[in-house]
Amino acid sequence: MKILVIEDEISMKEIIQESLEKEKYIVESAVDYISALDKIVSYEYDCILLDIMLPGGSGLDLLKEMKELDKAGNVIIISAKNSIDDKVAGLNLGADDYLIKPFHIAELTARVKSVLRRKTLNGKNELEIGNVNIQFDDRVAYVNNELLVLNRKEFDVLSYFMVNKNRLINKTSLAEHVWGDFSDQADDFEFIYSQIKNLRKKLKDAHADIEIQAVYGIGYKLIVL
Amino acid sequence: MRLHNYTLLYISIAIFFIIGTWASIFYVQMLDEVYDSIDDNLGNYKLLIVQKASKDSSVLYKADFDESNYSIRKINTPHAHKQKDVYKDTLMYMQNEDDLETVRLLKTVFTLNHSDYYELRIISSMVEEDDLIEDLFYSLIWLYAVLLISIFIVNTFLLKKIWKPFYSLLDQLEGFSLNNNNFLPSKTRVHEFKLLNNAVSELLKKNIELYSSQKQFIENASHELQTPLAISINKLELLAEKNELSETDLYVIGSVIENMQRLTRLNKSLLLLSKIENKQFYEEEQVSISEICTRMQEDFSDLAGFKNISFEYIQHSALSVKMNKGLADMLLSNLIKNAVIHTPAAGSVSVLVDSNSVTIENSGSQALDQQHIFSRFYKNSTDTNSTGLGLAIVKAIADKYGFIITYSFEGKHRIQILF
Repeated sequence: MKILVIEDEISMKEIIQESLEKEKYIVESAVDYISALDKIVSYEYDCILLDIMLPGGSGLDLLKEMKELDKAGNVIIISAKNSIDDKVAGLNLGADDYLIKPFHIAELTARVKSVLRRKTLNGKNELEIGNVNIQFDDRVAYVNNELLVLNRKEFDVLSYFMVNKNRLINKTSLAEHVWGDFSDQADDFEFIYSQIKNLRKKLKDAHADIEIQAVYGIGYKLIVL
Repeated sequence: MRLHNYTLLYISIAIFFIIGTWASIFYVQMLDEVYDSIDDNLGNYKLLIVQKASKDSSVLYKADFDESNYSIRKINTPHAHKQKDVYKDTLMYMQNEDDLETVRLLKTVFTLNHSDYYELRIISSMVEEDDLIEDLFYSLIWLYAVLLISIFIVNTFLLKKIWKPFYSLLDQLEGFSLNNNNFLPSKTRVHEFKLLNNAVSELLKKNIELYSSQKQFIENASHELQTPLAISINKLELLAEKNELSETDLYVIGSVIENMQRLTRLNKSLLLLSKIENKQFYEEEQVSISEICTRMQEDFSDLAGFKNISFEYIQHSALSVKMNKGLADMLLSNLIKNAVIHTPAAGSVSVLVDSNSVTIENSGSQALDQQHIFSRFYKNSTDTNSTGLGLAIVKAIADKYGFIITYSFEGKHRIQILF
């Protein structure tokens, strides 16, 4: 899997690159409009992360060029601007997703994987780790081919952990991903803890090969036993 | 007191004194002139009577006034020839009036042969002073009233006409808001008003510039902060993922991340606030409040369930409002989130939707400060994680659309929005 990161902020670019390389992707990068266009024209990428504000031109213009070249699929726009106009324009130009800075690494991974799944699995939108299999479109999970009964939030938690296998997930990141923006108050973490406790129990009872481990002070990590 | 009445008050006081003074002087002068003329007449009479007496001595024996206006009697006073003419007012019975009336009397002494002295008294009818004063008084009152009424009318008319630019300026200033620059003073030919308009325009222009540059600054600053914040958080997340750190180190990193996230939220809220105030949410549509509330109830059911809070949603009638959809979401989610989060465990939250209002009640132990609850950075709890901007955002949204938002406490916190 080859991913292109178009981001002018060097530190940001490095972080994204490092994080995606951990997932064993081949990551290339471009820091301005011209070099980005150059790479897009010359090579094929499975996913492109695109910053809107670039030296030498707008990311949206770049997106237009990609559309002309029929390469606009699999683009995730990364922007510091939480602007509905930009979002609508970007998605209309064929971008797949729109991520607002600052974001959590786990969130980025989840989005990238979602885009890649849609592209590669021929519509079979699923993920398997050990004996656990989740079907994203149907929103169901199986352990040893047996249905694991989960409520809506538990499914969201599990799928977030699954796409971020072996990665450290910040509890705020998890809360934001699953419960949305409202979960930004202190005592919610207790609430998250209780939800995860339930999920852990269900996984254990079903003899799943995976386990959600708590990482002191930060959050959680899904590991394969 | 209105400018109009104010001027009228001063003018009426001034006119009162002016007319009073003028009337007294006028009265004295007029009376003086009348006396002067009567006395001249009496003097003239005296000469005529003395001339007549020197020709016809029978005149000398006319001791009573009777039908004529003089009387003469012989006197034997020593030093009579030294007596001077005396003019004085005296009372006399008038048959037609059946009353004593004031008359002017000239008492004088004359002689025809330097041995016999006669006292001559001549009278002339006088103006009746009390009647004169009365007439004058009433006339003056009428004059005063008519003057005041005409001044009132002229003043009203003039004020309306002359002060029109002033009142229009006042109107403009009353309706002025820094957010929408709608100041357009009316044109005027009056120099002072021109100066005033220019001065106010200039002042407002400076304020608007300052205000918008400040808003722009907040927005830019918030924007610029996003990237370094993102980088810092993400770098820490990557650092934490390395398996080289001790638990204590991880804990420290976790707490740094948490604080950075707080900063991020604060920043996002500030950005949102300035965006709302900068009127960047101009798209409007008919938004179903009932629908949003139903969704919110679902969204918050987990948290409410976890805290063992009973969450009740009552819909008396469907409610939809023309506003920005994102802001409607923000408005209700902020309020409901607040209610759920600040309700103690096992408490209750209720959301009531009416045909023109939404009321959110939640249990709590004591009332919040009504004055400051909607101010920025107002925090009641010691909860370090709240930004203190949630209700400020709610207020900004309400203000933008002219919704009325009220807080009250009667055993429960109660926030109501009137659409």
